[in-house]
Amino acid sequence: MITLVHLYPREMNIYGDTGNVLVLRRRLEWRGLDVEVVPVSISDRLPGNADIVLGGGGQDAAQGEIGADFVARGSQLRAMADDGVVMLAICGTYQLLGHEFVTQEGRVIEGTRVLDVRTQGQSARLIGNNVVESSIGGRLVGYENHSGLTDLGPGVDPLGTTEAGRGNNGRDRTEGAVRANVFGTYLHGPVLAKSPRFADELIRRALARRGHPTELEPLDDSLAEQAAAVAARRPR
Amino acid sequence: MDLLAIWLGKLVLAGLRLVGRRGNALPGLVVEKLFPRFLPRAMDRIPEGVVVVSGTNGKTTTTKMVATLLAEKYRVLTNDTGSNFVRGAITATVAAASWRGRLPYDVAVFELDEAWAVRFVALVPPRRALLLNVMRDQLDRFGEIDTTAALLGKVAAATTGYLVLNRDDERIAAVARNTPAQVTWYGVAPALRPQFPNDEELYGGEIHVSKQPAEAELLAVAAPEIRLRLDSDEFTVQLRAQGAHNAQNAAGAAALALTFGFTAEEIAAGLTKVEPAFGRGQSFTVDGRRLTLHLVKNPAGFRQSLRVLDPVPSKPPTVLIVINDDYADGRDVSWLWDVDFTGLETKARAINTSGTRAADMAVRLRYDGVPVERAEPEPELALRRAVTEAGEAGVVVFSTYTAMWALHGVLTKIGEEA
Repeated sequence: MITLVHLYPREMNIYGDTGNVLVLRRRLEWRGLDVEVVPVSISDRLPGNADIVLGGGGQDAAQGEIGADFVARGSQLRAMADDGVVMLAICGTYQLLGHEFVTQEGRVIEGTRVLDVRTQGQSARLIGNNVVESSIGGRLVGYENHSGLTDLGPGVDPLGTTEAGRGNNGRDRTEGAVRANVFGTYLHGPVLAKSPRFADELIRRALARRGHPTELEPLDDSLAEQAAAVAARRPR
Repeated sequence: MDLLAIWLGKLVLAGLRLVGRRGNALPGLVVEKLFPRFLPRAMDRIPEGVVVVSGTNGKTTTTKMVATLLAEKYRVLTNDTGSNFVRGAITATVAAASWRGRLPYDVAVFELDEAWAVRFVALVPPRRALLLNVMRDQLDRFGEIDTTAALLGKVAAATTGYLVLNRDDERIAAVARNTPAQVTWYGVAPALRPQFPNDEELYGGEIHVSKQPAEAELLAVAAPEIRLRLDSDEFTVQLRAQGAHNAQNAAGAAALALTFGFTAEEIAAGLTKVEPAFGRGQSFTVDGRRLTLHLVKNPAGFRQSLRVLDPVPSKPPTVLIVINDDYADGRDVSWLWDVDFTGLETKARAINTSGTRAADMAVRLRYDGVPVERAEPEPELALRRAVTEAGEAGVVVFSTYTAMWALHGVLTKIGEEA
C-alpha cells in the first residue's frame, strides 16, 4: 500500500495541480499497486506513514491562510524529508517549503525550511509555457505563473535548467529545487501528466524507500509525449 | 468631431467587410485611439443610460437575455458580437449610429470583460450593472480570482443607479458594501444551491447558502422549462438556451429588468424570445444529424456544460472536445484537470478530442478512465468525422473560443442552424 498525502486540497488547488495526485494514483493502480489518498487540510493530522506528499499552487491570500498551519508542521516535514519521504511541491507550496517568502510589501511569511530556498515577491509575474531539461525527470514541460522569485541556497540542487527569463527567478536559468527525495517546482500543467518519466521516478523512489521492487511495468505514454511536444512548441 | 469619429469607424468597418473580414475590434480600436472622448459623449445621449454586464461565466448569454427583455419596451444598443473590450462597445456604437451622427436608442447594454469593464466605467459611469460570478478563469491573464473580484468591485463602486448582484457568489455579494447604487439581488433557491458549486465548494468546501433575500429567484430547472419567482410572483417559462447555468443567468436578467419597472408577465414573455448566443447551446443540422455547440472556457463552465448529458440519453451522442490554447482560449490548459470527466464514456457513443491541445485533452480523459477514440488536432477534420460516424443522437461538441469560430465557420457551410 502506497500512501499519497494531498496537502490543502481546498486552499491550494487553483492551477490544476490536483492532477498530479491523480496521475500518480492511476500509474500505481495500472501496475496493480494499492494506493490510498489522504487529504490533509488545516489542523488535520499529517499521517506518519506517508510515502509521497503532494502540494499545489494557490492564491496569494490562501498562502497566508495556510501559512501558520504549514509552518507548525515544519519539524515533522523536515523529519519526513530526512527519512526519505518523496515530496512534490508546486508553486505556492514550493515557496512555503523554503525559509521564507517576502511579499512585495516587505511582509515576511515564514516557511517550513525543508528546502534551502528563499522567495521574494515582485510586481511582475513570470507566466508562460516552460520547458525544463532535468537529469532526474528528463524533459519537463509545464506552465508557470508566479510573482515570487526564488533563489537556491547551497543545500539544494536545481531540478533542471531552462531559458533566461523563466524558472525560479528569471536570472540564473534554474528551475525548481531538489534535496534528496524532495522536489519543488513552478511547473503547473499538471507537470506529471506531460512528464511520465518524472512521475515514475517519484514512484520508484517511494517503492525503494519501503524496500519494494522498483521495476515498473511500462505504460503506453505516447499521448503524453505528444502533448509535451506540442506544449514545448507553443507560444510562451 | 463625433461625426468624424462615426464616419471613420464606419469606413474601417466597411473596409473590413469588403475584404471579407469580420472585424468587431479594429473599428472601435481606431476610434478609441483618435477620439478618446467619443464614447462618453455618445453614451450621454442615451436617455436610459448604460447597463454593464460582467463576471466570469455567462456574460454573452445574459447580455443577450437583458437586451431581448429590454427590447420589449426600448430601442436597445448592444455589443452582441462577443467583442467585450471597450473597443467592442465603440464598434457597436459607430455601427448603430446613422451617417448623420444620430444615435436613435433608449438604452445601451454592454457585455464587458472583467478587466475592460474597469476601463469602461472610468470613461462612462454606468447607470446599471449586473455582476454574475467570479470563477477561476484565464489565470494567465487575470492572475488570481481575488484580483478579478477586485476589478468587479471597481465596477460596483462606479455604478450610479442600480446594481444587480448574485447573492450566491460570496465574492460578488461582497461588492455591495461599496457602491452608491441601490442593490437588487438574484439567486437560486437554497435547494438548488448544490447544483452550482463555486471553485472552493468543488474541493469539498461547505456549500455556502446565502441568507440575503433576493428579488429574483430561480426555483426549479426541468429543461426546457424553468420556474422563477420575481418578488411575490411565481411563473414557469420555456428557455431555449439549454443548461442550468442559463437558467441562473435568466434570474439575473430578470432582476435587472425589475429595475426598469418591468412586470413579471413582461419578463416571462421576453425570456421565451431569447435565442442561444454564439456557441452557447446553439444547434445545427448536418446530413440529418443534430449537432450542438457548447463553449467551454473554465472549470466551472465546463462542469455546467457537461450536465447537458444528464440524465444519460437513451441514445448517447458522439462527443467531440476541442481545446485550443490561443490567447482568447487561455494559454494555460491545466484547468482541464479541475473538471471531473469520470463516467463520460457511459454517456457517449464515442469520444474524440481535437484542437491544438487534442493530445493534452486525451491524456486528461485517460487518467479519468475515459477511452478516447481519436485525438485529431485539425478541428474541421475531427468535426466531419464525428458527423459521419454519429448515430441518430448526433454530436455534442465542447469547444474553447477560437476553435468555436473555426467550427462555426465549417457548420455554416455544411449545415443549417436548427
